[in-house]
Amino acid sequence: MAHSTDTIAPEHTTAHEHDDHHDHHIPSGIKRWLYTTNHKDIGTLYLWFAFIMFLIGGAMAMVIRLELFQPGLQIVDPNFFNQMTTVHGLIMVFGAVMPAFTGLANWLVPMMIGAPDMALPRMNNWSFWILPGAFLILLSSLFMEGGGPSFGWTFYAPLSTTYSGDSTALFVFSVHIMGASSIMGAINVIVTIFNMRAPGMTWMKMPLFVWTWLITAFLLIAVMPVLAGAVTMVLTDKFFGTSFFNAAGGGDPVMFQHIFWFFGHPEVYIMILPAFGIISQIVPTFARKKLFGYASMVYATASIALLSFVVWAHHMFTTGMPVAAEMFFMFATMLISVPTGVKVFNWVATMWRGSMTFEVPMLFAVAFIVLFTIGGLSGLMLAITPVDFQYHDTYFVVAHFHYVLVTGAIFSIMAAVYYWLPKWTGKMFDVTLAKWHFWCSLISVNVLFFPMHFVGLAGMPRRIPDYALQFADFNKWISLGGFAFGLSQLIFLALLIKACRKQGEPVSSQVWEGAEGLEWEIPSPAPYHTFETPPVVK
Amino acid sequence: MSEQAKDNQKMVIKLLVIVVGMFGFGFALVPLYDVFCDITGINGKTANSAAVYTAIEVDESRTISVEFITRTNTGMPWEFRAETKRIKVHPGELHTVNFYVRNPANKQIIAQAIPSVSPGQVALYLNKTECFCFNQQPLLAGEEATMPMQFYVDPQLPEDISFFTVQYTLFDVTGKGDSLAVKDNPYLREQPKSGT
Ligand code: HEM
Ligand SMILES: [Cu+2]
Repeated sequence: MAHSTDTIAPEHTTAHEHDDHHDHHIPSGIKRWLYTTNHKDIGTLYLWFAFIMFLIGGAMAMVIRLELFQPGLQIVDPNFFNQMTTVHGLIMVFGAVMPAFTGLANWLVPMMIGAPDMALPRMNNWSFWILPGAFLILLSSLFMEGGGPSFGWTFYAPLSTTYSGDSTALFVFSVHIMGASSIMGAINVIVTIFNMRAPGMTWMKMPLFVWTWLITAFLLIAVMPVLAGAVTMVLTDKFFGTSFFNAAGGGDPVMFQHIFWFFGHPEVYIMILPAFGIISQIVPTFARKKLFGYASMVYATASIALLSFVVWAHHMFTTGMPVAAEMFFMFATMLISVPTGVKVFNWVATMWRGSMTFEVPMLFAVAFIVLFTIGGLSGLMLAITPVDFQYHDTYFVVAHFHYVLVTGAIFSIMAAVYYWLPKWTGKMFDVTLAKWHFWCSLISVNVLFFPMHFVGLAGMPRRIPDYALQFADFNKWISLGGFAFGLSQLIFLALLIKACRKQGEPVSSQVWEGAEGLEWEIPSPAPYHTFETPPVVK
Repeated sequence: MSEQAKDNQKMVIKLLVIVVGMFGFGFALVPLYDVFCDITGINGKTANSAAVYTAIEVDESRTISVEFITRTNTGMPWEFRAETKRIKVHPGELHTVNFYVRNPANKQIIAQAIPSVSPGQVALYLNKTECFCFNQQPLLAGEEATMPMQFYVDPQLPEDISFFTVQYTLFDVTGKGDSLAVKDNPYLREQPKSGT
């Protein structure tokens, strides 16, 4: 049993040193974190960074909901409101969800495949440490004269070219850096999985979290460069007189949307495939059954990834495409729900007749399955071209993507943190707080996002700081749900701080009764170096 | 371990090739998009150079209504209107319609008109033998002009289309790229009209 004195926050620096045969000494303090090439340290950095971004982006959402609490303009002026919606979106996508998944990959992929570290530890350090710079640039642009970016996270031309402020240059620069960071992270994941698997860890034995991340990483290196191209074109159109998206000069603003969504749709799957992996790890543990349909899960993930390249124009049904194209993108989009449905079916089948218990990770996982499915169903509605003409750019779309992203991606991240946190710290987290966090989040998130379906169907447009009086009651509830959800995350913060202080009951190496996999065979807390000699997987 | 490092490096290089390739692909989408739209005509952009009219058989059995809409881009002060709002044509027939412009500003402005046809696929069958949109149009302060557009509809126009709209949007392109010197503008009102 660990003695209560070895509590160096936030990681196990001293505890392992007596059995560490390495000559390299781990520097302490800030230097340790700046220079670290250890996958566990870097995973921790990513996760804390993502959480801080989640709180900052969340604060912006609070501003949005405060303004929308009542009809009329009262708290902020419209230009600032637009900056809030824009930067909220950018931070949550590129600062919270994506880095959190990269953090989980860093922590877990080497442990799950029996590798001592990521394949490219130096690059790993870089890919993390350029991120804070990118977001510092983005956030500081808010304080520029004329304000930060206000054209929406989708930065449609000509809003981002003709009608944007000087801060656009900073926006472009920061997106370039974020892109470079995720490309480096993705390359690292791919090389690690291809080259560092322990003997016997064949492709079809890999845990699903590893599979889904491998496929996500390929999506990342395929589409992040396209995003980089798109922001570069915006930059040159705005500052250097090119006319990629300017009709007067022979360009076409609609082309911007094609290029953006060619990136954008695979991007939404980048934010959900690792979530599928996480849920596929957690559900079997607490159902005490093997995952139903492992192989079909792998194929479903791969087909979702491939299909995600041919559905982008479902974001553009109202741009005046020819009927044939509308039909193609409608059916292609609906086709994606088939492999997605396979996954949901497999999770439910895994739970079927299992001996289920509902520990906190499982609570989040079950909530994910139900609520993500609601988001998938509203997605199906949006995919129907003629009805999308009514729903497009309303709160219905906002409801859709928050169900898949908040109760989907973010709930899966929380599930993952609760699932693996005891392995990382060696102590069980505060279960009472965790349950409070879960139930408060679950109720408030639905008060927050469910009514958005109705105001959307009734025609309330998105990204507008004011609204018609008829929407007032619903918006009051939505805002109250929003504040409650925001506050609930402070419970999570308290719990995480406690966990990093190493408070709580020590846990066994398996932690959860039904857990299987290499990461549950090493001691808890996971030693600083694991699998120096590769395990043999039977 | 160094064997491992070599393998890793090889793989990184391969992946970087994909990254660079996809960055290039992002830019390649621009010409691809234009080519795709030229071939299919789906974005309603008509050709931006003159078609040649060779006497073709006029299809008297069909009558097509063509509507002309004009607008100026935000910040563009010109008056701009179609003198013919709507015209009925037989496929194969050559027609000329005129557009009126006036520059009410107190400085020279150079304009570029951008056409857009709806439904988009008609763009493939709308042949313009002359159009003010092929060139930039300069006007001095207070000047006005009549700008002609001469066109015929290809008799191959799909059977189900009997009506289409041509829209011109006028952009202010002063100080961007080449344009005619003002005195060479053939459409100026003050000039003695040639021909008729
Ligand atoms: C069954 C699967 C899905 C279908 C059929 C679907 C369909 C759609 C459609 C048609 C739209 C465009 C709506 C409009 O703008 O009018 C849309 C928007 C969106 N979807 Fe989905 N979707 C699905 C799953 C997902 C997932 C898994 C995510 C992310 C995790 C996601 C994220 C988004 C986002 C972020 C937008 C809005 C983008 C914006 O305009 O800002 N969707 N979806
Ligand atoms: Cu999409």
